[in-house]
Amino acid sequence: MRNITKTFPGVVANDRVTLEVRAGEIHALLGENGAGKTTLMHILYGLYQPDAGEILLQGQPVRIRSPRDAISLGFGLVPQQFLLVHRHTVAENIALGLPGTRFLFPARQVERRVREVAERHGLEIDPRAFIWQLSAGEQQRVEILKALMRGARVLILDEPTGILTPRERESLFRVLRRMAGAGHAIIFITHKLDEVMAIADGITVLRKGRVVATLAKGEADQRSLARLMVGREIAGERPKRQQPPGEAVLTVSNLWARNDRQHPALRGISFSVHQREILGVAGVAGNGQRELIEVLTGLRQPLSGHVEVCGREMTGASPREFFEAGVAHIPEERRRRGIVPGMSVAENLVLRRYREPPFAKGPLLDLHAVTEFAEDAVAAYGIDTTGPRAAAQVLSGGNLQRLILARELSGSPRLLIASHPTHGLDIAATDYIHELLLQQRDQGAALLLISEDLEEILRLADRIMVLYAGEVKDILPVADAEPERIGMMMAGLGRE
Amino acid sequence: MRPLFPFRIEVRPQPSTSMVIGVSLLAILAAFLVSGLILQAYGMSSVRDYGVVLQETLGSPQGIAEVVRKTIPLLLAGVGLALAFRAQFWNIGAEGQLLAGAVAAAGVALFAPIPAPWLLPCMFVAGFVAGSLWGSLPTLLKVKVGVNEVITSLMMNYMALYSVQWLIYGPWKGKSMRGFAYTDPFPQAAWLPLIPGTRVHWPTLIVGLTLALGITFLLSRTRLGYEVRVLGLNPEAARYAGIDGARVTLLVMLISGGAAGLAGVGEVAGIHHKLLGPTQISLGYGYTAIIVAWLARGNPLAIILTSLLVGFIFASGDVAKVALRIPVQIVEVLNGLILVFLIGSERLLSYRVRWAPASPPSLPRPSTSRPLPPGEGEGGDGGDGTSDLQHTPDVERL
Repeated sequence: MRNITKTFPGVVANDRVTLEVRAGEIHALLGENGAGKTTLMHILYGLYQPDAGEILLQGQPVRIRSPRDAISLGFGLVPQQFLLVHRHTVAENIALGLPGTRFLFPARQVERRVREVAERHGLEIDPRAFIWQLSAGEQQRVEILKALMRGARVLILDEPTGILTPRERESLFRVLRRMAGAGHAIIFITHKLDEVMAIADGITVLRKGRVVATLAKGEADQRSLARLMVGREIAGERPKRQQPPGEAVLTVSNLWARNDRQHPALRGISFSVHQREILGVAGVAGNGQRELIEVLTGLRQPLSGHVEVCGREMTGASPREFFEAGVAHIPEERRRRGIVPGMSVAENLVLRRYREPPFAKGPLLDLHAVTEFAEDAVAAYGIDTTGPRAAAQVLSGGNLQRLILARELSGSPRLLIASHPTHGLDIAATDYIHELLLQQRDQGAALLLISEDLEEILRLADRIMVLYAGEVKDILPVADAEPERIGMMMAGLGRE
Repeated sequence: MRPLFPFRIEVRPQPSTSMVIGVSLLAILAAFLVSGLILQAYGMSSVRDYGVVLQETLGSPQGIAEVVRKTIPLLLAGVGLALAFRAQFWNIGAEGQLLAGAVAAAGVALFAPIPAPWLLPCMFVAGFVAGSLWGSLPTLLKVKVGVNEVITSLMMNYMALYSVQWLIYGPWKGKSMRGFAYTDPFPQAAWLPLIPGTRVHWPTLIVGLTLALGITFLLSRTRLGYEVRVLGLNPEAARYAGIDGARVTLLVMLISGGAAGLAGVGEVAGIHHKLLGPTQISLGYGYTAIIVAWLARGNPLAIILTSLLVGFIFASGDVAKVALRIPVQIVEVLNGLILVFLIGSERLLSYRVRWAPASPPSLPRPSTSRPLPPGEGEGGDGGDGTSDLQHTPDVERL
């Protein structure tokens, strides 16, 4: 790709970007959120047309007008969100849209080829398994197979490791190396430095739509890459705490709960969180975190066990009762649960408190008070918006999170449950949110921090609880928490 | 960004209000054109006939009064439906709720020993309550056990229809009506006053306009209205915010069903002065009100305009029947066409079609080894005015 430029109204997403990837190379495309990585790959995959610049494939200029063109040219995209039909088998999913399949029973014919290709690349998978039976890592393998079976010679992986366990990640890396060894070119989009160091042969760093560096493997180290990516060095230090923890705010004992499929998701969990303390919950997604949060915020009824907030029995209380008891919640799914996209910034800011004064006067709303509160919150939390009346759906992820924090912190919560609070945010927004969380802790709140980003937990938490298969593997002070050990426990090894 | 040779379909960012109105008017015009073809096939000159109908309908005070008369039930039922739709409750049962209101009003008028000045107010209250209760049944089934409200509220229309028939053929059959299936006429005190020389029962009209304003206020200025909007726009966030969805839905449906019930009261107390066949009480007002609410996109104030529009279509159908001697079914065809065109135009609002001339696709062209000049890469450029967010569906469609 040479001198690719793409502008959206108000933003230059790609500014004269040149990217060169060789056959047999794993090339990391590194950059923060919003650096233009995804736009660039969408251009390569035919989803956008560039405003200027050209794409050369083996020295020949090509025009890619649609994903169909891209596929026929040998590009394959493994998206972040998998596009698989859950009730179909692996083979059926691969047969879907694959050229040259029979009209009747296409999956049978494909099955054999799936096995061949899978074996050649070390992608263990049962073609007859149903997608819903597979873990995220296995589903990703299906996506990779899908691309390979369509003849992909250039494979684009968009943030492929976000949903993987450390072990799945290793196995993905092995597959990628093998594929590169077989002459495939691999473009690996990421913002994780350790992954770049672990796997990339070449690295292109994007910042604000521009290429800031193109390096070979030997020329880079984590520190210099971080500097290139963000334009400054990340403070790796753990912020010092001022006061020791106080009394228990949240006490959970022997908690059991089911997940949506009615399987037990929490199996007798007990722990407590204290004033001026952040308890980090580490674990691979799907080990009970979601159910735990939902039980602790009233969104899910537990099977048995007890939840106490400040000594008050809250087991099975409603979301409203939990909030009124001082439990604030930063939900994992910002757009789906955290806000009402069609409503204004101001209306979203009072989502939790619209029924109490000064926002409500009897059955009526005091719009004046709502607007005033919103103006203050927008200013205090630096929410980048045209005003309180702007629709919340146009806010970027970072600004949405600021909005949600402004709302959840406005009642001075005693317990703050933060679920993946910085997921998908850029470094500046992440730093800001970390600062707010620490500030809450120092002001006396108890925090339960659920995150898949181990680095984040190690940086913020005072104690770390590892969840595995719905059970507490261990709770340990952060001083004793070596990443390796935590990682082992997340994968189900180590002590109970 | 699907190609549709030689055009390309793109997502359009939020359409403006004038755009919405303009496209809607175009859709209605297109519906008139197509029904004009049907009229032609009927052997009539559509342009002249439209002129006659327009003249007869809007050219005289009587004509306009008829438009207003047809507007009243549509306004009431439409406002109620708009509220229910805002809470994402798909109430298809306004017809039944309207009939329930008519039955209750008739019951009060015929059998309740209420002094004259209080009779009409009591009929309105009874009609509202009956509509509410009729509407609350599918609502309770929905919020308690998760039964699809579209099916239940629709089926309850038939229950209402046959109940009315049973009443007028059976226990409530009037003695003075000889063989006809009517109830006895209401006492004079149960007759709604009319604007002299017309059949416009103005008290119901005032109730309807007040309700439209009231629901607007409810939605924008009250806690309940806030809850309705949150629930309708994002039920997941409503749960998170501690909003009791079942309670809000039930309240909404009590108002929605009640509004349709009031429409039923107006028809029997203002026009017929007796309970009669269900298809005579309501010319499908409860169903047509769905169109009215859809056209207004759930905005209760806009219902005033859209119910007038549909009222005009109804009234012009009567005129066409008399003046041109065409079957009244043609009017229903026109109604249907308008709805189809409007729903179709929705797509035009959220997408746009662009001219993107064909060029041989992508494969490396063996003849041209020279690089493309930069300008040539811009021919079919899409993506102006669209952000990443709006393109996500395209990505997912792959």
